[in-house]
Amino acid sequence: MTNIIKLSANDIAEKLNSGELTSVEVTQAFLDRIAAVDGTINAFVTVTADDALTTAREVDELRAQGATLHPLAGVPIAIKDVVVTDGVQTTAGSKMLEGWIPPYDATLVEKIKEAKLPILGKTNMDEFAMGSSTEHSAYGNTLNPWDTDRIPGGSGGGSAAALAAFEAPLAIGTDTGGSIRQPGAVTGTVGVKPTYGSVSRYGLIAMASSLDQAGPVTRTVVDAALLHELIGGHDPKDSTSLPDPAEGYVAAAQQGLTGDLTGVRIGIVKELTGEGYQPGVQARFEESINTLRAAGAEIVEVSCPSFTSALAAYYLIMPAEASSNLAKFDGMRFGLRVEPTEGPVTAERVMAATRGAGFGDEVKRRIIIGTYALSSGYYDAYYGSAQKVRTLIQRDFTAAFEKADVLVSPTSPTTAFKFGEKLDDPLAMYLNDIATIPANLAGVPGMSIPNGLSDDGMPVGFQILAPIREDARMYRIGAALESALEKQWGEPLINRAPELEAQA
Amino acid sequence: MSVEAVDLVAYDEAVTQYDPVIGIEVHVELGTKTKMFCSAEVEFGGEPNTQVTPVSLGLPGALPVVNGTAVESAIKIGLALNCTIAESCRFARKNYFYPDVPKNFQTSQYDEPIAFDGYLDVELDDGEIFRVEIERAHMEEDAGKNTHVGGSTGRIHGAEYSLVDYNRAGIPLVEIVTRPIEGAGTRAPEVARAYVQTLRDIFRALDVSEARMERGNVRADVNLSLRPTPQSPLGTRTETKNVNSFRSIERAVRYEVQRQAALLNDGKSITQETRHWHEDTGVTTAGRVKSDAEDYRYFPEPDLVPVEPSRAWVEELRATLPELPAVKRRRLREEWNYSDVEMRDVVNAGALELIETTVAGGTSPAAARKWWMGELARYAKDNEIDLATVPVTPAHIAELQHLIDEKKINDKIGRQVLEAVLAGEGTPAQIVSDKGLEIVSDDGPLLEVIDQVLADQPDIVEKVRSGNMGPIGAIIGAVMKATRGQADAGRVRELVLERIR
Repeated sequence: MTNIIKLSANDIAEKLNSGELTSVEVTQAFLDRIAAVDGTINAFVTVTADDALTTAREVDELRAQGATLHPLAGVPIAIKDVVVTDGVQTTAGSKMLEGWIPPYDATLVEKIKEAKLPILGKTNMDEFAMGSSTEHSAYGNTLNPWDTDRIPGGSGGGSAAALAAFEAPLAIGTDTGGSIRQPGAVTGTVGVKPTYGSVSRYGLIAMASSLDQAGPVTRTVVDAALLHELIGGHDPKDSTSLPDPAEGYVAAAQQGLTGDLTGVRIGIVKELTGEGYQPGVQARFEESINTLRAAGAEIVEVSCPSFTSALAAYYLIMPAEASSNLAKFDGMRFGLRVEPTEGPVTAERVMAATRGAGFGDEVKRRIIIGTYALSSGYYDAYYGSAQKVRTLIQRDFTAAFEKADVLVSPTSPTTAFKFGEKLDDPLAMYLNDIATIPANLAGVPGMSIPNGLSDDGMPVGFQILAPIREDARMYRIGAALESALEKQWGEPLINRAPELEAQA
Repeated sequence: MSVEAVDLVAYDEAVTQYDPVIGIEVHVELGTKTKMFCSAEVEFGGEPNTQVTPVSLGLPGALPVVNGTAVESAIKIGLALNCTIAESCRFARKNYFYPDVPKNFQTSQYDEPIAFDGYLDVELDDGEIFRVEIERAHMEEDAGKNTHVGGSTGRIHGAEYSLVDYNRAGIPLVEIVTRPIEGAGTRAPEVARAYVQTLRDIFRALDVSEARMERGNVRADVNLSLRPTPQSPLGTRTETKNVNSFRSIERAVRYEVQRQAALLNDGKSITQETRHWHEDTGVTTAGRVKSDAEDYRYFPEPDLVPVEPSRAWVEELRATLPELPAVKRRRLREEWNYSDVEMRDVVNAGALELIETTVAGGTSPAAARKWWMGELARYAKDNEIDLATVPVTPAHIAELQHLIDEKKINDKIGRQVLEAVLAGEGTPAQIVSDKGLEIVSDDGPLLEVIDQVLADQPDIVEKVRSGNMGPIGAIIGAVMKATRGQADAGRVRELVLERIR
């Protein structure tokens, strides 16, 4: 019998369409897997088994009636818990929102529901998407299925781990500085941050509005393209949403699968390789470059000198916006409310007590940094300068994309580190995102695909960056590299992940 | 409420000692169907928290989208105030924690207002034109409304708990900020009042707001400072918040002039602070101390793309701007040949548009003014209602005057007819017809009456015939009485003389 949970979303979709499988069978298989391994992995904050099966049954009935369905109808999906879901608790990984039941759906959730993908549940994450390890969740650590002593990346560790542990065939992530791509890299899965504005932000609990972008978390490039086409496209409820329709990604990925990259120019970003990158990571990167060259691509080196200031600029802009976005969590209208234990119960004191109790250390750290950076007298020096760096980074991208069709780098400088290793050293934690952050600052799309295992046996990610609105390019290159590497390996990398023991 | 013990300086004395400088911030709520950044409906008086969406409640994940009609209204206001309209402008977040601000920041405009560098010519009571320089007009959203329950004052101090109604949160506002208004001198209170009044008229003429002061559609914050001479640098200012009637604006400025003069005369300094106006006692009291260091951590709103009104659109709006009230008043005064005083009375009585419509119906401006400022003004006063709500329309008046002009009725009958219209008995023409009030113009029946009267009064006929015209009035009076006033008195006289000779 087919091992359903190991199938790609695209394969499941084909088998549903051919009648080989039903959505109920598929959904139940993933729910069983969640029941078996999520006690260990903790990828999910909330599992919505009944809702998922209801949708699955509906899809099976409609299919039996010969209804026209979305290609992904009946394929289950998990959603990062930073995306609001009508009637289903949405925590953003924070104690602040424990038990909060949103009265509305994010636009991307509406699209998922309209296409009738059974929603398996909400996945764990660093609190308010702040972190690179999911250790900052108020709902416990998510473990890396490759090595449960190690972090699954962050902030979207739950979505990535759910894919790596075969608990879901598709998931939604959000990426402000790397929160889709870095977890993808360290769990051997695929993660895509689309062009800023490609997927509506309506209903994403904002960290940094000018950087946040939702995207696909999958095990294959084609699956990511399928999901991107589903969730993307213009949304009148998001002022920053692009007018472009979300199309052509699957076609681009399929073109890539032919393996021919003749005439494609691939630029290695000098500043995003070499020193500071784990030798195994660097080695896999260079091997992948050779693989791409072998597929016919022209390899060039480009320099983006401002990228060296990206991390510094990011850690001013992101906290500045976050400090304002997170002001609404004050105990007045929704979520946690804490009254001061002594003294008068004024609104101001309730706000202070609630925020003191509800936010974790990393969130408080960023709120304080952001508040400071926006303060009058410091604004120009910090927020203002950071915005200038942002402009320089955008210019570096523009110049680089004149020399290359896509840019590439390792996704993350290291493989998954061990729990606690960087928890007390925020700067070391922040360095995980050094290669992913420039894309957010410039709004360009980025993808991470697995490109092998490092010397420690942990997966490594390969990052592909394309110009704004040219997301299709990275699907093509990504699919080409993916298929070439799988030929070398003889199987998808994810199949080398250790079997997880089911719980009794 | 604590009132500082201040012996006010007499106003006339204060303005000889000091030169007042005012600055006015006016907030106008736009009359759009939906809110500034979401689809929640805007309607006055709804049940609390029913006109809300995830956006106007500031729920996690919600995003704003700019209301195009609000932008259009802001541009119209900017154009009416002779401002430059920005080619591109952004919203900004004004960050502060307060429960009536659902996101704990207000989406406003900071250093990129949609309209800037304008002026407004304000007509004072004596017809003098005073130019007020406009610094900027910018778009923003209103806050919710707090109700403090359990205290005696309705203020937060002493309250047991507070309720928040977010129906108002997110209603589009345009804030209009003047440059310091210098040179008003003793007329500063009048200038302040006339400026806000002129703005109110403009909002209505542009149809961007109902601009009802009593509903808080228009709210004024009045800054005032004193300086020894017009050449001196500006003094420290106070900001009196939410002064919500024209009369209060005038009174509040007057009060602050007197209060600040007293402090300065005592050698004290003015505290830069916001102050509350108390309508009942006619004084202002200190609110929170406002320092320039108050830090709202403004930064450009990343959830919204810049607003970039095309020049073509701006010109289109400029071309469709209605005639502004002050310009219109000047034009009509000339066209109607009213004196300044007559025109001012008409405006103050709220009769301008009524007269305009009546004149458009064919009535002469003088006659129209006579009806609206005479009979009808009296009726409104007696019944304690606005002139605009008396149960007579300009069309009625035009019809009535037409009957008089056509000599179908005379003035006296006209007033009777008006009373009947006011009593709801129908239109003037209907009433004249129903009651048979039309002047008898056929000489036949009239001659019968005259002959009868002459036959009844042979001695008077004799006196007239002998050249003594004095008693003829008695005969005419008798004829008029017999015709119940419907005869044309001039014609009666002609016929009587004809008959006697």
